[in-house]
Amino acid sequence: MREVAVIGVGQTEVGEHWGVSLRHLALEAVQAAMADAGVVRADALYVGNMLSGELEGQEHLGALVADFAGLRGVEAFKIEAACGSGAAAVRMGYVAVAGGLADLVIVVGVEKMTDTLGPDTTAALAMAADADYEAAHGASFVTLNALVMRRYMHQYGYGHQDFAPFAVNAHQNALANPYAMFRFPVSSEKFRRARMISDPINLLDSSPICDGAAAVVLAPLGETRHQSMATVGIAASAVGTDTLAVHDRNDPLVLAGAELSSQRAYNAAGVRPADIDLFELHDAFTIMAALSLEAAGFADRGRGLALAADGEIGIEGRIPVTTMGGLKARGHPVGATGVYQIVEVVQQLRGLAGENQVPNARVGMAQNIGGSGATVITHILERI
Amino acid sequence: MVLKPRREVGFVGYGAYVPRYRLPNAEVARVWMQGQGSTPIKEKSVAGLDEDVVTMSVEAARNALSRAGPVDPNQIRAVWVGSESHPYAVKPTSTIVAEAIGATPYTQAADWEFACKAGTEAIQAAIGFVGSGMARYALAIGSDVAQARPADALEYTASAGSAAYLVGPAREALATFEGSLSYATDIPDFWRRAYQRYPSHGGRFTGQPAYFTHIVEAVRSLMECLGTEPPDYRYAVFHQPNVKFPISVAKQLGFTVEQVQSGLLVNEIGNTYAASSPLGLTAVLDIAEPGDRVLLASYGSGAGSDALSIRVTDAILERQRLAPRTRDYVTRRREVDYAIYARYSNKLVR
Amino acid sequence: MNSVPRNWRLRQQRYRLVGEICESCGVRIFPPRDVCPECETMEQKEVAFSGRGEVYSYSTVYHPPRGFEEFAPYTVALVRLEEGPLVTAQLTDLDSEQVKIGMSVEMVTRRMQSGGEEGPIVYGYKFRPAIQPAAA
Repeated sequence: MREVAVIGVGQTEVGEHWGVSLRHLALEAVQAAMADAGVVRADALYVGNMLSGELEGQEHLGALVADFAGLRGVEAFKIEAACGSGAAAVRMGYVAVAGGLADLVIVVGVEKMTDTLGPDTTAALAMAADADYEAAHGASFVTLNALVMRRYMHQYGYGHQDFAPFAVNAHQNALANPYAMFRFPVSSEKFRRARMISDPINLLDSSPICDGAAAVVLAPLGETRHQSMATVGIAASAVGTDTLAVHDRNDPLVLAGAELSSQRAYNAAGVRPADIDLFELHDAFTIMAALSLEAAGFADRGRGLALAADGEIGIEGRIPVTTMGGLKARGHPVGATGVYQIVEVVQQLRGLAGENQVPNARVGMAQNIGGSGATVITHILERI
Repeated sequence: MVLKPRREVGFVGYGAYVPRYRLPNAEVARVWMQGQGSTPIKEKSVAGLDEDVVTMSVEAARNALSRAGPVDPNQIRAVWVGSESHPYAVKPTSTIVAEAIGATPYTQAADWEFACKAGTEAIQAAIGFVGSGMARYALAIGSDVAQARPADALEYTASAGSAAYLVGPAREALATFEGSLSYATDIPDFWRRAYQRYPSHGGRFTGQPAYFTHIVEAVRSLMECLGTEPPDYRYAVFHQPNVKFPISVAKQLGFTVEQVQSGLLVNEIGNTYAASSPLGLTAVLDIAEPGDRVLLASYGSGAGSDALSIRVTDAILERQRLAPRTRDYVTRRREVDYAIYARYSNKLVR
Repeated sequence: MNSVPRNWRLRQQRYRLVGEICESCGVRIFPPRDVCPECETMEQKEVAFSGRGEVYSYSTVYHPPRGFEEFAPYTVALVRLEEGPLVTAQLTDLDSEQVKIGMSVEMVTRRMQSGGEEGPIVYGYKFRPAIQPAAA
């Protein structure tokens, strides 16, 4: 197996792109990443996307994006793993380069979620859950997370307000990220008063519905060295799965798939949680941030909130999370999110994260979750 | 005239269901009469957003089976649901109910319709089905989510409920069947044309020539045939579109108010149409004692009355508590205002 | 997804909570999945669950997905069946302020989707607070 480097990154601003279609969002990110990498061609293009069929009436994104991005003729596929589609596509790019099947792979995650009305988008997102036994009962994706959150609060004795630090931190970090959707701060008081979506989850527990695309260029480590910037290598790429339905879990309060995925990543990279300088976790909802910290070994079960309460998740904290705003404030264009996370970790490891720079960041982890914990893809990146 | 099968049969199980929502008559009067005028009952039951004749029938049927002891649902050869508000115009209610209680596939599923007596005619047919030896068990259900035109007199009373009876061999029965009689003539006192949401009716014409004549003739003839008199009955249950009619018809027939009181639910839940007199009977069976004789007379517009005479057996005592009693549903009460009622009964255009 | 064949296929589960007992290790399984999640054998026997259970968690939905708008707000719960499995289902016949974790509930068959004016009605399991005996 060859070692793999991320030699270029690109992203669009996350938001409601009324004037821009899915293919042009993807094109913008791909071109930015290719320009950053200084490449004009590729061996393969992998497109991470969840909902184009349901929301845009468009499947077959591999060939479509390849064509419109000026890569006509290249090997190209769409890769889908619900909200984990982006990192799943990165993983496939990694596999292709590491296995020696391709020398230059572009991975783009793209999602266009604002062309449909709220109830349709809500129904589409619920496709990440078990259609026969969860969604058929009127459970939205928010609701499934709310069920977990309520139980977590009950079992560990937390109040809703205890989740506020995740939202506050995410919004604080988004302030200086020009690509973030919500570049405004959120106070703990504002968090308390936010509109209810599916109790106990309110608007500020939740990541937004939005459009966006992000891309990376992968190549064998050492062969295509970026001239002006630090080289970032992929030290681990790992996947773990769990049951699709929350009710089928051995313990709904444990992200067993994330535990597996994290452990496999730590083992592959030869690191421990203490070695991780920043963690781009999957804060689709505040409860997911807490459970992710626990599953990845940064906190004991039921203690993810304590870490946040103690201020350990800020840029200067013990384990900075959502350093560019996370899903909550940068935005969560679902199939693109996993690639945004990689882009942001690369920014940090290159030392180019601006005001949000984590001091001396050398090892960064990104974890992208499909569904409410069914597919978990973890990448550990390292500054070489 | 009397209808009685050769084999001895009876009710092996019975079950009630009433939705939990209640619309006080005062609310209807507030909206349409500025609160003025007399109201026929105190309040009526209202089905929830996720309820209809199918769901109510399923629960009443499950209660009937709970009281039937070790009956295998696979032995139920008929599942018959009488209603004027089947959720589908074409597509049986009965197959859904049969599937839900595990009676499929070797069962004769069918829907019955005859205004407010669709339930008792299903009971009579079930008695014939079991009494002939064609079936060991047959399930008959009366169930309605009655619709009334806003501001119409019926809006005070048209309500929702369901009652189910499992008919089987007399030796397994909690009440045995003594005989029945039906009296029917053509009289257009109340009707609903196809594709219409609300029924129409003949006002006071629904009284004397319709309700009273048919019930009185059916009950008198039945008692004549059986050689019984009103004092022979501990309880009598009559179709109850309001409080006044059943009490008045009871008196005309020589029954006392005490005899009808236990089965008179209309003041608290309204007129449940095909479930009206069958629910009155479940309320009576909930408190009946071995040896009690009970008279039941339905009335369906159009018009006809089915009268039945039953005698309660020793088995009643152990069966009564095997499922929620009628009163448990009646007292499970959540009051709604006219706006919520309008939403729940699909009167708001979205 | 209000697909006729799909809902029809699930009627035993929807109407009667038909799940499985693993004849190899004894675990109770709902929904049925043929391969036992505990011991990976395929020796499953069909069984209808009692429908009794308690609320493990719940959430009231104010922004429903397409197809459920007419029922909103409604409460979805995870119900721990007395046989063991957790089930995702709506709670009905209750006001959301009454719900508590640990509350006893029982299965009822209700409309899950109304199908509008012309479509098929979808019936299936929901749970409600166990019926309390009336005061004597």
